[in-house]
Amino acid sequence: MSNASDPIVFTPTPAQPPPANTVGVVGWLRANLFNGWFNSLLTVLSVYLLYVTIPPLLDWLFLSATVSGTDRSACEGADGACWTFIKMRFNQILFGFYPDGEQWRPIATFVIGFGALISTVFPSKARKWTVLFLLTLYPVLAFFLLSGGYFGLEEVETAKWGGLTVTLVVSVTGIVASFPIGIVLALGRRSNMPIVRSACVVFIEVVRGVPLISVLFMASVMLPLFLPEGMNFNKLLRALVGVTLFTAAYMAEVVRGGLQAVPKGQYEGAAALGLRYWQMMILIILPQALKLVIPSIVNSFISLFKDTTLVYIVGLFDVLEIIRVSTKDANWIGFEKEGYVFAAFMFWIFCFAMSRVSLRIEKRLDTSHRK
Amino acid sequence: MNKLSQFTIGAMLALGSVTAAQAATLDDVKEKGFVQCGVSTGLAGFSAPDDKGNYSGLDVDVCKAVAAAVFGDATKVKFTPLTAKERFTALQSGEVDMLSRNTTWTLNRDTAQGLSFTGVTYYDGQGFMVRKDLGIKSAKELAGASVCTETGTTTELNLADYFKTHGMEYTVVALGSNSEAVAAYDSGRCDVYTTDASGLYATRIALEDPTAHMVLPEIISKEPLGPVVRQGDSQWFNVVKWSLYAMVAAEEYGVTMANVDEMKESKNPEVKRLLGAEGEFGTPMGLPNDWAYQIVKQLGNYGEAFERNVGEGSPLKIDRGINALWTEGGLQYAPPFR
Repeated sequence: MSNASDPIVFTPTPAQPPPANTVGVVGWLRANLFNGWFNSLLTVLSVYLLYVTIPPLLDWLFLSATVSGTDRSACEGADGACWTFIKMRFNQILFGFYPDGEQWRPIATFVIGFGALISTVFPSKARKWTVLFLLTLYPVLAFFLLSGGYFGLEEVETAKWGGLTVTLVVSVTGIVASFPIGIVLALGRRSNMPIVRSACVVFIEVVRGVPLISVLFMASVMLPLFLPEGMNFNKLLRALVGVTLFTAAYMAEVVRGGLQAVPKGQYEGAAALGLRYWQMMILIILPQALKLVIPSIVNSFISLFKDTTLVYIVGLFDVLEIIRVSTKDANWIGFEKEGYVFAAFMFWIFCFAMSRVSLRIEKRLDTSHRK
Repeated sequence: MNKLSQFTIGAMLALGSVTAAQAATLDDVKEKGFVQCGVSTGLAGFSAPDDKGNYSGLDVDVCKAVAAAVFGDATKVKFTPLTAKERFTALQSGEVDMLSRNTTWTLNRDTAQGLSFTGVTYYDGQGFMVRKDLGIKSAKELAGASVCTETGTTTELNLADYFKTHGMEYTVVALGSNSEAVAAYDSGRCDVYTTDASGLYATRIALEDPTAHMVLPEIISKEPLGPVVRQGDSQWFNVVKWSLYAMVAAEEYGVTMANVDEMKESKNPEVKRLLGAEGEFGTPMGLPNDWAYQIVKQLGNYGEAFERNVGEGSPLKIDRGINALWTEGGLQYAPPFR
């Protein structure tokens, strides 16, 4: 039929479709979930566990939950969560006993703060000024806004602060104030001056060696006994000082880790350029060192944020404590579950946001050798 | 007393802060314009913030009564929520003027720790809760029962003593925490749940069906809870002590928030002396003569405060029991007003 002189032309046969059980949903399932008998067993077990836990959880959280009404009678006989409790106490959870008409002040304080903070994540020309505002003017502004007593604002004593307001005040102050103190301590620990060095070492090791709860406890139970009569530090201030010093000690060690990771050549190069100690640190070393330890710094901040719940030991009502106290009101006894689930949710939102922001900062500052 | 508190008090004495703290508290309070009162950080019916963020409860009303006696205005009081650990330090260091914080009156606290208890707001003590369908009316019928309790507390020891004294057998189901004990009782693992009586009533509200449970009348331990002031300031001590007595006496003479104005015209000289219509009984304490009138006018008598905060008028529904007046078989008793 064909002539021998005809060139043999290669005509590829069209590729067969892959076997049906290796593509699409089935293929994905086989490759990822039913890959061998052990994985199949795990898959079946996990699906069963999810089946057992998720529907009742959703049912409790949403489907059978109560949100109507204004007191416990609305929830009697209901199977699901009683969000009425959270609804009625929402204001207290956010502001504690802050007077009703003045609650715009904590809101304004935190909106300004978070607004400024978020704007620094996105590149813009005003960023430097925003950072400067956050570190210098903002704390002053926040203090006057929250405590009042000036500019026609009604004075609100710190005993009335509570809930999320206290949690944020303690953690933000702790974060902002502990950072510079931590850097100074880290530099001090690496200093050549024996007195400075040993003072820093003693402070760091002593503070890191005791639990935060005992620092707060000392501040609230022992300190007043040693002070002259009539000299009472504000409870909130006591907690703030305790938390700040405690975090600063941890921050110092984190920063020291960064300082040690900067190659010696950088120090020598800076010295060879004739830079003085502070110029060398601020212009050359610290920018490199801090960038390296961003994840650890954010880690410390997240752990500080959660540690703020310990201020209950000095009788301050943070988010968690105000929820616990609310369940001690005879009208709301027995709704601990709802309260604690809600508290966990609030903490998760803040911690998750912090870790996202840190990722962005890391990406923006990334000048690493990987590039 | 443990070593630490001995040390702190020693240190305090050394620093002379105790002598400083003895300065007339009443004058300080008048100068400040309010009473600084230490309360619990949250105990149902005794002191807890309500939905509006205002403190209310029986302990809180005692603070308000003192404010009413001193200033004629029960709102001139500021509350400092205190944990059990910091309560005495706060009082000793002058951070609060008085403590009204479910604190048990004991010999050691009253004598060795620089504190003075001024009276008893609420006679608490260990009690028993059972299901109504058991048909039990008294703790003496509990032979053979299984009892849920928290492990490692005096509650457990009191329980053992009580059953031994009465020659009854029982099974103890000791659990790690109070909430576990409650859960075990609610799920039917034991017949009886025991803790302090005030705690029993608070627990009952949170049970699945509160109406199916009852608290037995027997109280097997003594936990008198009362206001505390610093030792050595007898004027302030008297003010706090008699503010509470005034409430008790008012109940005894039938003076209530509603009828206090009419009662001023009462024929009973004791009532007239109480309300300041006769004699000068406020002056020696440094108080205005209508001090007790102001207390009853603004807060009611002891019975009213009890009903409103922990009794039938509240979700707790605590039985008056041993907190009834002495005339009704209880322990509440005020010395004569003369």
